[in-house]
Amino acid sequence: MENNCLLEVINLKKYFEVKKGFFSKPLYIKAVDGVSFSLKRGETIALVGESGSGKTTLGKTILGIYSPTSGKIIFKGRDLSNLKPNELPLYRRKVQLIQQDPFGSIPYFFPIYRVLEEPLIVNKIGNREERRKLIYDALMSVRLLPVEDFYSKYPHMLSGGQLQRVAIARALVIEPELIVADEPVSMLDASVKVEVLALLRELQEKRKISFIYITHDLSTIKYFSEKIFIMYAGQIVEKADREGLFKNPLHPYTQALLKAIPDIDPNNRKKFREVASGEPPSLINPPSGCRFNPRCPYVTDKCRVEEPPEIEVLLNHSVKCWLYK
Amino acid sequence: MNKTALLEVKNLYLHYITKKGIVRAVDNVSFTINMGETLAIVGESGCGKSSLARALMRLLPKNVYIFKGEVIMNGTNIMELDESEFRKSIRWKKISMVFQSAMDSLNPVIKVGLQVAEPLIYHEKVSKEEALKRAVELLKLVGIPEALADRYPFELSGGMQQRALIAMSLITNPDLVILDEPTSALDIMTQANIMNLLKRLQLELGLSYIFITHDVALSTELADKVGVMYAGQIVELSGADEFFTEPIHPYARMLMASAPTLRGEKKLAFIPGAPPSLINPPSGCRFNPRCPYVTDKCRVEEPPEIEVDSGHYVKCWISY
Repeated sequence: MENNCLLEVINLKKYFEVKKGFFSKPLYIKAVDGVSFSLKRGETIALVGESGSGKTTLGKTILGIYSPTSGKIIFKGRDLSNLKPNELPLYRRKVQLIQQDPFGSIPYFFPIYRVLEEPLIVNKIGNREERRKLIYDALMSVRLLPVEDFYSKYPHMLSGGQLQRVAIARALVIEPELIVADEPVSMLDASVKVEVLALLRELQEKRKISFIYITHDLSTIKYFSEKIFIMYAGQIVEKADREGLFKNPLHPYTQALLKAIPDIDPNNRKKFREVASGEPPSLINPPSGCRFNPRCPYVTDKCRVEEPPEIEVLLNHSVKCWLYK
Repeated sequence: MNKTALLEVKNLYLHYITKKGIVRAVDNVSFTINMGETLAIVGESGCGKSSLARALMRLLPKNVYIFKGEVIMNGTNIMELDESEFRKSIRWKKISMVFQSAMDSLNPVIKVGLQVAEPLIYHEKVSKEEALKRAVELLKLVGIPEALADRYPFELSGGMQQRALIAMSLITNPDLVILDEPTSALDIMTQANIMNLLKRLQLELGLSYIFITHDVALSTELADKVGVMYAGQIVELSGADEFFTEPIHPYARMLMASAPTLRGEKKLAFIPGAPPSLINPPSGCRFNPRCPYVTDKCRVEEPPEIEVDSGHYVKCWISY
């Protein structure tokens, strides 16, 4: 029954409770509000959205850092809500996280080898010698060469780009099947971003690791993603493959996002950029109907009242918008 | 078209002394900005661009080792002013600054309106009420509703906080605003809105900007002139149209080629190696260890600034 599907997420919701007062009814931040998708082995999905879109919460819920409010997460055929407590560490070994800030996520008081040894120790993998080999291999894969040099350096001796490679090596060292990368290159310089993304792509191809690449920067997508999901106010509003999304963005929010990105054109300074007005909505009280309706240039009465379903417009290209019914 | 020079920077140096040695953060930098113009300073982390901003605002730490050069504004060399004179007439009066992260620069326990009013209260003999009135006017100008003047910074979104910082930089009617990565902590759409705001303010108020960023594509939104900074030096200084069409310095070219873009086919390009330490930069041309066109001369002798075209300078032996 070996199918290629690694992860299936079905109508996932994650709400956070916010109590206003002693006697008032609790309010909920609906950070993830009905997300469904599937991810194949060795595939990369880019999860694109601005802050407050729910993308980080979605990533953390998949990692098991948060437990779902409702909905299912099915990993290799196993429903995670049915896992016994002693099975959870096994899941955590298969799914790893890379975060945005290498300076924040890597302890400064450990030398690099000790940073990479940590996940092996925690998961009781190998003896000293075997761990040493795994660490060497991990440093080689992220091309921190010569390995002997980087092995005993301390984090403050490394640049941001190098430290992010250490974070990637740390995620790799226990040989996961899925890596959630939450804004892995946002804090790096432009010239280094592309290099690190190229490294992730190489790892994906060589080791068949699946990735969920969370970002707000659409211009990096083309270097590292096959499928793109656009998130807005806790929901996925458009799903497409990379080419399809850029050639034919369907959802008005996607179109607005693409228009907001500057390209290298000296004439940019002579004109104003067309930007969708307003800001993303409160997740406690999102607008009724389609959540983008207050800012949408094509809004109709139906949009204000009824939430649109997910409509498959083209092959592998679906959108949550009444314009396409 | 005759342009009036607003700021002339000549041979500016800022070196710090540390346990590891002398950090040559700004190492002989020269440029001119005209009235109503934007100079974009583009460079990666560690190139000295933030130190350049601090040098111009004279916001210096205690471990300054060398601070010299000429900075001429309205016929006066402001480097010759003593601290109290500089504080009275230049800093936050003629030249102001917007920092990168609003979270780090806004005082969390002071209401927004009062913070925006502060530079005015300090610099001019106006009452608190008068200053607050002016602050509210400016907040409206930058798109913040009056009601938010009475709130604390944490009650505003990231974009709103950044707008408040911009309002604060404008309240004393400066001629020049230095913006150090003002949008890098913001989302793409918020960034686009802030860039539109900066464009509008420049037109309406006749401001000049120094816009510091690592994002080449973003710099096109404002730049009339571009200065590419590397290891404490400006390696290419040019008008925007020429620069974005065809940069000349090898580092500038590679920076352009490695900027992620949305449109157009692009092969992955990155610059091998890492930017050098400002303590012990390479001898000769500082880019030489990473330059694909390096020659023996580059390794030994530092190239001068060569004027390849009117107002277009390149610090590279190849352009000689």
